[in-house]
Amino acid sequence: MTLKRRKEATAAFLFASPWLIGFAVFLAYPLCASIYYSFCDYSVLKLPVWIGTRNYENLMRDEIFWKTLSNTAYYAIFALPLGMVVAISLALLLNTKVKGLAFYRTFFFLPSLVPMVSLAVLWLWMFNGESGLVNAALGGIGIKGPNWLSDPEWSKPALVLLSVWGVGNAMVIYLAGLQDVPVQLYEAADLDGATAWQKTRNVTLPMISPVILFNLIMGIIGTLQVFTVPYVMFPGGSPARSTYFYTMYLFDNAFRYQKMGYACAMGWIMFLIILVLTMISLRLSEKHVHYGGS
Amino acid sequence: MNPRAIGTIGLAAVVVGTALYGERITTPEVKPGPVRITYWEKWTGFEGDAMRAVVDAFNKKQSEVFVELLTVSGIQDKTLLATSGGNPPDVAGLYGPNVAQYADSRAILPLDEFCAEAGLSRDSYIPCYWDIGFYKGHVWALPSTPASTALHYNKKMLREAGYDPDRPPRTFEELDAMAAKMTVREGGRKDGRIVRSGFLPNEPGWWNWSWGSFFGGKLWDGESKITVDTPEYIRAYKWIRSYSEKYGAGDLQNFRSGFGNFSSPQNAFMSEKVAMLIQGVWMYNFISQFAPKLEWGAAPFPYPADRPDLERSTLVDLDVLVIPKGAKHPKEAFKFIRYVQSQEGMELLCLGQRKHSPLATSSAEFYAKHPNPYIKLFTELAKSKNSISPPQLGIWPEYEAELNNAFDEVYLMKKTPEEAVAYVKARMQPILDDYLLKQRLREEAEKR
Repeated sequence: MTLKRRKEATAAFLFASPWLIGFAVFLAYPLCASIYYSFCDYSVLKLPVWIGTRNYENLMRDEIFWKTLSNTAYYAIFALPLGMVVAISLALLLNTKVKGLAFYRTFFFLPSLVPMVSLAVLWLWMFNGESGLVNAALGGIGIKGPNWLSDPEWSKPALVLLSVWGVGNAMVIYLAGLQDVPVQLYEAADLDGATAWQKTRNVTLPMISPVILFNLIMGIIGTLQVFTVPYVMFPGGSPARSTYFYTMYLFDNAFRYQKMGYACAMGWIMFLIILVLTMISLRLSEKHVHYGGS
Repeated sequence: MNPRAIGTIGLAAVVVGTALYGERITTPEVKPGPVRITYWEKWTGFEGDAMRAVVDAFNKKQSEVFVELLTVSGIQDKTLLATSGGNPPDVAGLYGPNVAQYADSRAILPLDEFCAEAGLSRDSYIPCYWDIGFYKGHVWALPSTPASTALHYNKKMLREAGYDPDRPPRTFEELDAMAAKMTVREGGRKDGRIVRSGFLPNEPGWWNWSWGSFFGGKLWDGESKITVDTPEYIRAYKWIRSYSEKYGAGDLQNFRSGFGNFSSPQNAFMSEKVAMLIQGVWMYNFISQFAPKLEWGAAPFPYPADRPDLERSTLVDLDVLVIPKGAKHPKEAFKFIRYVQSQEGMELLCLGQRKHSPLATSSAEFYAKHPNPYIKLFTELAKSKNSISPPQLGIWPEYEAELNNAFDEVYLMKKTPEEAVAYVKARMQPILDDYLLKQRLREEAEKR
């Protein structure tokens, strides 16, 4: 390295140092410490005591752990595809040339700006069994709506429906992807006599496939970590733990039951699950994702 | 030296200087004068104002200690984290059921010596409230405000159902029979949806864990065994299930799903959807705010007819004051706590929050000024030998979650009472064993 380059590198690190120091102190240290704690009996108030893999062994035998994991998987399996389909559809619609486009774009993005807690309280009213708007609307078309909030069969579907409320962010990312699709491709497709559906299927979707992959991975992370809305709407994961999600159990272990070591172990298991799912989606996507550059 | 080097050094000096000076200006200067102590408390609204008045009165009364009151939400989590970080407040306002967990973790200081010095003992209080802060032979917490619970009933709805509005049910059997008569279905049809109910075991649903105690059950034997699988508990869960059998689990859910928020005019009791329920001394505050015209009464909660020894059972709850470990001024902190325990301080606080006083005696003036027409009943109930409070167990939060879940499963008819309690026992016993073992090892290590 020449002197000049070395100087430049030093300067670069110096400029990045606030972030680097912040990362080391506030993220890297807790991250590493939590690996250690996950092998300890640790209550926050007492010093950690090394117990080997006992936390992980106990987790494997903990019925509630499996219950929360299956609740979370249920939520992710339904909320993720639903959210993606709605977000892509909205983005496609908002990519057409209609009057008042800016208004519509704002309109559909707006719900994402509502803070989570207000959102949860708002939807408690929407899903209210007697006077809720959701059931009133269903009643309007002759369907007797279920007890969204108090029937264990319907509480998770209610949360899945509610998740669509927050697709605005993903929608904007799709929209940006759509604007990048080269016009020539559509022109070429037009010359070949492609229908609108064929164009969407064979031009648009492949061209925005990197964006879809990105949103898929962010979606996996987001849905598996669902916390705020169910925590506010369903205290303790009621009714009958049907809405008790992984992160809620983790939180309870850490702060209510003072089992921080156990909670850290849960955190690392979730990390591994997300890591594996992300790697699988990257692997599966190799054939289906088309990058503009290649 | 070139100008650039000077510039760099100058910049570095500014950065370091700001960092150091910044620390200094955020740390308040130590002035001769009163010792400043910090006090974290959870209350907001009129309850917060009541405590602020007490703090102001204390600060005015003497010049040695100055209390700074800070309203903190999620008080138990934040006190926990601040204590483990070594920077706790001098006084924290926790909840009664926190005491065992915090004491076992040595996160709060024992107050025995302070109490002895100040002449405070069990005799100074209504015993059940002293007992909530007393754990494993030590005083860990002293009362701030207490609450006992009673049956609240709607006189108008009793009258309409043909009952004497001044003769509420005394036994569970009477309660169930009257509830059945007061439950109204739409159009009077058998398959109509429920529009009014006499009583629901899960309204307000804050103490779903406690019904076994109303039937004489104990949650543990005080030493090593979870005793939730006893006949008393099974009987309680059968009673809970009888409501789902009688009215239909689905119909009850439908009905309950239409209730509004607790703290609103749509509250089930205040909007006359439910005629009778268990509620605490604070209920008066909400009734006077949201439904001032409601014709209501309060009476001791019913007991099983074959267990007259359980008469006047009442759930008692307590907010407590503690000194976290690592507090900088424990002596001064206790001075403030001591003032709250005085008749003057306590009555100012409890009158402001419109609760009864946890002290053994209350002044005639306190009752004369108190707006709740049933305040004496709540005081008397707290003195009952059948007061019920959460067990002093470090694992109580987990146990409570398990009991609440068992309630749900029985009420929704997903499990039989026997299955539900067997499950709770099977899950909690190993957790208790583990907890007690760790506790014992720790105490032995401390002795050594």
